[in-house]
Parts: sequence; C-alpha cells; structure tokens
Amino acid sequence: MSSTTAGILFIGSLVIALVAVHRPFGDYMYRVFTSTRHLRVERGLYRLIGVNPDAEQKWSVYARSVLAFSLVSVLFLYAFQRLQGYLLLNLGFKGVPDHIAWNTAISFVTNTNWQAYSGESTMGHLVQMSGLAVQNFVSAAVGIAVAMAFVRGFARKKTDELGNFWTDLVRACVRVLLPIAAVAAIVLIAGGAVQNFADPHTVHTVAGGTQTITGGPVASQEVIKELGTNGGGFYNANSAHPFENPTAWTNWIEIFLLTMIAFSLPRTFGRMVGDKRQGYAIVSVMATLAVLSVIAINVAQLAHHGTVPTAVGAAAEGTETRFGVSNSATFAAATTLTSTGAVNSFHDSYTSLGGGVTMLNMMLGEVAPGGVGSGLYGMLILAVITVFVAGLMVGRTPEYLGKKIGGREMKFASMYFLVTPVIVLVGTATAMAMPGQRASMLNTGPHGLSEVLYAFTSAANNNGSAFAGLTVNTPWYDTALGLAMVFGRFLPMVFALALAGSLARQSPTPVSEGTLPTHRPLFVGMVAGVTLILVGLTFFPALALGPLAEGIHQ
Amino acid sequence: MRSSWLRRHVAALRALLVLTVVTGVVYPLAIWAIAQMPGLRGSADGSMIKAADGSVVGSRIIGQSFTGKDGNPLRWYFQPRPSAAGDGYDPTATAASNLGPESVVDTLPVPGAKDEEGNPDEGTQSLLTQVCGRSKAIGELDGVDGSRPFCTKSGVGAVLSVFGPRDATGRVTRPTRVVSVNEACPAVPFVATYRGVTVECAKPGEDYAPGRIVPVRGGARATPAVPSDAVTASGSGLDPAISPANARMQAPRVATARGITTDRVLDLVGEHTTGRSLGFMGEPSVNVVELNLDLDRVAPHKS
Repeated sequence: MSSTTAGILFIGSLVIALVAVHRPFGDYMYRVFTSTRHLRVERGLYRLIGVNPDAEQKWSVYARSVLAFSLVSVLFLYAFQRLQGYLLLNLGFKGVPDHIAWNTAISFVTNTNWQAYSGESTMGHLVQMSGLAVQNFVSAAVGIAVAMAFVRGFARKKTDELGNFWTDLVRACVRVLLPIAAVAAIVLIAGGAVQNFADPHTVHTVAGGTQTITGGPVASQEVIKELGTNGGGFYNANSAHPFENPTAWTNWIEIFLLTMIAFSLPRTFGRMVGDKRQGYAIVSVMATLAVLSVIAINVAQLAHHGTVPTAVGAAAEGTETRFGVSNSATFAAATTLTSTGAVNSFHDSYTSLGGGVTMLNMMLGEVAPGGVGSGLYGMLILAVITVFVAGLMVGRTPEYLGKKIGGREMKFASMYFLVTPVIVLVGTATAMAMPGQRASMLNTGPHGLSEVLYAFTSAANNNGSAFAGLTVNTPWYDTALGLAMVFGRFLPMVFALALAGSLARQSPTPVSEGTLPTHRPLFVGMVAGVTLILVGLTFFPALALGPLAEGIHQ
Repeated sequence: MRSSWLRRHVAALRALLVLTVVTGVVYPLAIWAIAQMPGLRGSADGSMIKAADGSVVGSRIIGQSFTGKDGNPLRWYFQPRPSAAGDGYDPTATAASNLGPESVVDTLPVPGAKDEEGNPDEGTQSLLTQVCGRSKAIGELDGVDGSRPFCTKSGVGAVLSVFGPRDATGRVTRPTRVVSVNEACPAVPFVATYRGVTVECAKPGEDYAPGRIVPVRGGARATPAVPSDAVTASGSGLDPAISPANARMQAPRVATARGITTDRVLDLVGEHTTGRSLGFMGEPSVNVVELNLDLDRVAPHKS
C-alpha cells in the first residue's frame, strides 16, 4: 500500500469513527446537561463546594462565576509552581521563575497550554499531576459549561436563567471527562505510554554510553490533554515523545480524543433546541471546513515543495518515523482546527504552505470543530452573523432558531469576533516593531514573521501549539502572550454569555414564509462562506507576508 | 454586593480544591494502580529492556546514540536518525530542530571571534547545510552516493547571493556580484560563474542578505540514495525507529564490521520491522535499539 493510500484510509477511518460516535455521545451529553437529578457523588461535591446545584443563574452571575473560578485557578496554579521547591515529587526542580509561572498559570487556565517552559527540565511530577493536569480537566469543563449556557439562550424563552455554572462544571468533569479519560489512559498505557512516579534515572546504553530515562504520570495527563483540547505536553516534545504517543495506533486514538467532544456537541445543541436538524447543519459546517483543511495540509506536506524539503525528498524534518508525513499532517490539522495545540511533529519545519494551513485553521477562530465548548459557541455566533448578513440581503428581520437578531445581539456577536484579530495583529505588529523581540526569531525572513504571527494567533485563540523556534521564555513574550491568552479566552466568553442572556429573554417568533431555514445545505454553505470570508479579509495581509511570501516565489 | 463577591470566590476556591483532589490526585493514582497489573506494568514503567547479561540498557521505545567516545558513528551498529535532543537522544532535553523549509543560509564562524560566553564562534548551520552534510557523511560511511538536490559536493547548501538591479518580479537579470554564501574562503565555489559573473567564496562576518538568495538545484537525483529519514531530525529527538530503506542501506556496512553475511543482517532487520498498525496507520519502521541489541547477542563485535 502506498503512503498516500494509507494516509487517506487513516483520515477515512477517523471520519467514520466520529460519525458513528457523535450521535450517541451527543445524546449522552444532552442528558447530562439537562437532567434534574444529581449523582450521589455529585451531591457530596456540591456540599463540599458549598453551593446549591439547583439554583439558576442570570448570564451576569454565570459569567462572574466563570471569572471567579478562573481567577482563583490562576492564583492557585501560580503559587503551586512558585512553591515547587518545597513540595513532594519535585525531582529536585526549584520554584518556576515568576514570568514563566504567570504565563503557564494563565496558559493552562485558559485551555491554551502554550508552553514557555520545557516539561522535563522545569516541572516536577506533583505540579504536572495536581496542578497542570487539573486545569486540563476544569478548563475544558468551563468551556463545555459556557457552551451549554449559551445554547440555553436559544432553547429557553422569556427567562433570565441560563443554568448553574457549578453544576455544569462538576457534571462536565464527573460525567463526561473523567470516565472517558480513565478508559483511554489504560489503552494508551497498553500501547506504551508511561504511568509511574520514577525520578529520572541513568542507564548504560547498548553502545556503552549513558542515557537518563525520565518517568512521570504521563498517560493520565496525556488523555485529558487531548480530550479536553488542552495540548500541554508532559514533555517538551509533546505527542511526538514515544512515552506520550508510542505507536501509530495511539496516534489515531489521540486524534480521535481531541476531536470527539467538539464534533459531538452540535448533536447536544440540536437536542437542546428541540430540532436535531439544526445540530446536523452546524456539524456539517464544521466537518466541511475540517475535511478541506485536512486535505490541504496533506497535499502540501506530501508534495513537499520548498528548498529543504526538495533536498531531503520529503517533508520529514520534525516528524517521527512511526507516524510518517501524512499522519503527522492529519494530527497537525486536527490540533489546530480544535484548540488543542498538542503536536506530534514540529510545525515550524513544515512546508511553507502546510505551516500556513495550520495558522489559517487557528485564524478561523477554531470553530471547525474548535475547542471543547468554545468551538460550539464560536460556530453558533458565526451562524448568528450569517443570518444577519442574509437578512440584510433580503431585507427581513434576521432571526435564528426563532430568536430575533437585533442591534444588541449583533453588537455582542461583532465584539466576539473582533477580539481575536485585534490581539493577533496588534500583538504581532508590536513584537515586530521591537528589535529585542525580533531577536527571538530562530528563522529569518518571512519564516521569522510566521513564527511571531503564529505565536500570537495561537495564544489569542487559546491553541497552544507553536512555530517552536521562537524563543518565548523571555519576560516580554511571557507577559504579552499571557495577556493575549487571558483576553482571547474571557472577553469572547463574556460576550457569548451576554448574547445568550439577551436571547433567553425573548419569546420565540413563529416560523413564517419569510424565515430563512437554517438546517438546509444552503445555510451550511453560507456559514462556511461567511467564516472563510470574515477570516480571509482579516488575516490575508498578514499571511501574505509570512507563509505565502515564503511558499509562493520563483 | 461585597459579600456576594466574597461568597463566590470562596465557592470557587472550594470547587478548585475539591476538583484538584478528584482529578489531580484520585484519578492519576487510580490509573497508576491499575497500571500495576501484569501486562501493563512493563509499559507503564517505560518498556525497559535488558542486555544478555541482565543489565538494563534503556527503553525499547526511546532511541539511543550509537557513537564512540569521539562522537563518530560506530560502524558495527545501525545508526539512528539525527537528533536535536540535547547532544543527541537526551530524554532530559527533548526537542526538534524547528528550522524552516527555507533555512538555507549559514552564519559562518568568524575565525578568532568569541561568542558571549567566551567560546570560539562556531557559527550556525542552516537546515539545508545540515541535511547536505549528513547526506555526504552517510554516503561515505555506507559507500553510497551522498549527493542531494541543492547540495554542493563539499556537503553544504548550494546557495548564491546575487547582487545587482532587480526587475519587476524581483529577479536580478544582470548581476554585478555573486557570492556562494555557505562556502567560506578560501573554498572554491561550487560553480565558477553565474550569468557570466565569477562566483566568489564567502567572507565570514559579511552580510549577504541584501542580495537575492538563490538556491541552486544542481543535477542530483530527486530521490537520493540516502533516505530522507537518515538526514532529518525527528520531532522528539528520541525517535527509536528508522525507515526500512534506511536499514537496508546500512546492512552491508554492519555485516562487514561484524563479519557476518548481509543476508543474516537483513533477516534481523526483518524481525525488527513493524508494519503499519492495522495495515494502514503510520509507516513501516525498524526499531534500531532492539535491532542493535539483538545484533550484539547474535554476532558480537570483536574489537
């Protein structure tokens, strides 16, 4: 079998698995987030937390709860890292330097998992397991919770109530993330991922040299890093490391894990608004964009244009032998289409256009299918913008799922989509204007600009992958990218919740002849088009100076 | 207002602590406990392997260096891929090179100059020159043709900086000066002339970026004799595997160094080759660590 055929079968099998799982799993999540019953263990947790799980919250209270939880998380994780030297299982590592600790705390709380540090030489087992990996669970749960509150804005009428953040948070952790993570962790261990508490220990190698073998509770963290679209590797090499991703089939499982929740949530949405077809329409937009992107990056990587790839004869730099070029490219597409940012190969060494696709994926706003939760509310806001654009064209009041999209709603939707471009473009421009920050680039010319543009795109979209040649563990980058992550995560979240609050108050308009049907292929095409055009117009100039300038010459 | 603010943040802290216990202590310890079962424990502990004498020699899935004390490859071992992890295959410093597809211009070392730490200036090699240099060295080690597109015979990137007025597309139609940027004087440049202009060698420390950078393809085959995985660094720097083509290229050298037949070596290569998972996932690969360990058992090298 040729590599190309095998690569196509690899993609096809993932598509089949996701299609098969998205209905039952989406239905399961629907039951989880609409059920009025609490599990016994959950009741115990609510008592320990000290909240009433049945108290409904207004959008503003829901948003404040999200922010309070995130603020406390950042402070806790910062302190945890700073005090590492006094804790158990620290492997002899001292406290993490202040600017890296701040950046990392924000990075993990915002579901970004941008890593300005190298895992194996900075973080002890306890900080990884009880600090960083905990945020892998709860930041994912926060994303899912906000998405559920957002959907309730469409599903409910004439109410201020969007659900209870603490209940959604606990249920997402206990009923969705933990069971899947536990099963998948055992599967990964069977494949060769490690799960131990060993100190790094030295062995004498086959050829008589020495090598220090590292350990750690890796498998338990690896699965939630993918499932929660977090992406923060236990080790610097992330999912390229044989202890994190030992075989070609664990690679398949990791891609499946990082896409399964985001692709299943539209089903949950369809069930919650009482019209499954609306869910199919949303998942169709996501799937269309995702498949196009996977194809584009595979073509670019297998064609291996460019000077070094031509000299090598393949786009092999930065890829592992056991995965090969095609499966690496598919992972790269999946990790940037979601907000994961885990890598099994190094994007900085990709062909110019292949690397450009990873950047474009993030610039789309990570909606195809996007991060857990954030992908769904991002895509639904794009749908809102689409009905508005369509309404302008035919001169009717735009409505989506029976809710009128008026001036107030459009203001929130527009602000949602302005946040990221502002952060990315202003951040990149500022860095490029400062000689000290330019010196952080490893590569020169357009590729150097791509490194900086990638960094701000990744941070603002809470992705966390990198053109990793850029030296980012400097106070300037740690601070600037930390701010990009905070604003890129929480401003859109607050705008989304505000929009949901405004929608929930309305009573639904009855469907009439003038209503734009939002479950037909036409609408799917329109949302995909609006997504591409909105992003294309915003980021094209920046992409033209980076990956396009590098990849299209002669 | 103030009390609701406080109440909310206290609830947040309690929620975080409770969830930290559940997801950050109970969950990983439970997975660890399950991983102590027979069948899982070996891999959970790192898939460690032992030599014939019973000593642990590393992990089955973590690559190793097979070089002598001088850093040169040992002829009787299959050589793994180049590694960017520390000084090579260092699990405490896993890394990729992160050099881009158009990394083609070296910074040549300036003789006598010191870096910030007072060590002699070693310059930095572009990815292209690294690839060319590895290909040439492997070609010499294994007795195959080490040439590649865009590489000079001396094993550096074949790249010119062309100075002169540019046309509308940015090309230099009438060069005034041409420098082979990766070949330090007094080297003889890989081409004597370019568009009628004599090509100069490069003077370390001079900036040739103002010229147009032109990589020169040359006449080498598009599919070189030295396989692509042999000249590129992996993502982790710990890749335990090489491609079957790479193993086949090295087999005759290893056989000669150990005094056994190439067929015997190729049989062993076959035993340590893993096909694609389920027939379509990943790429076929040869585990170098296990292969070399097995070779030591079957046909120890007599030095």
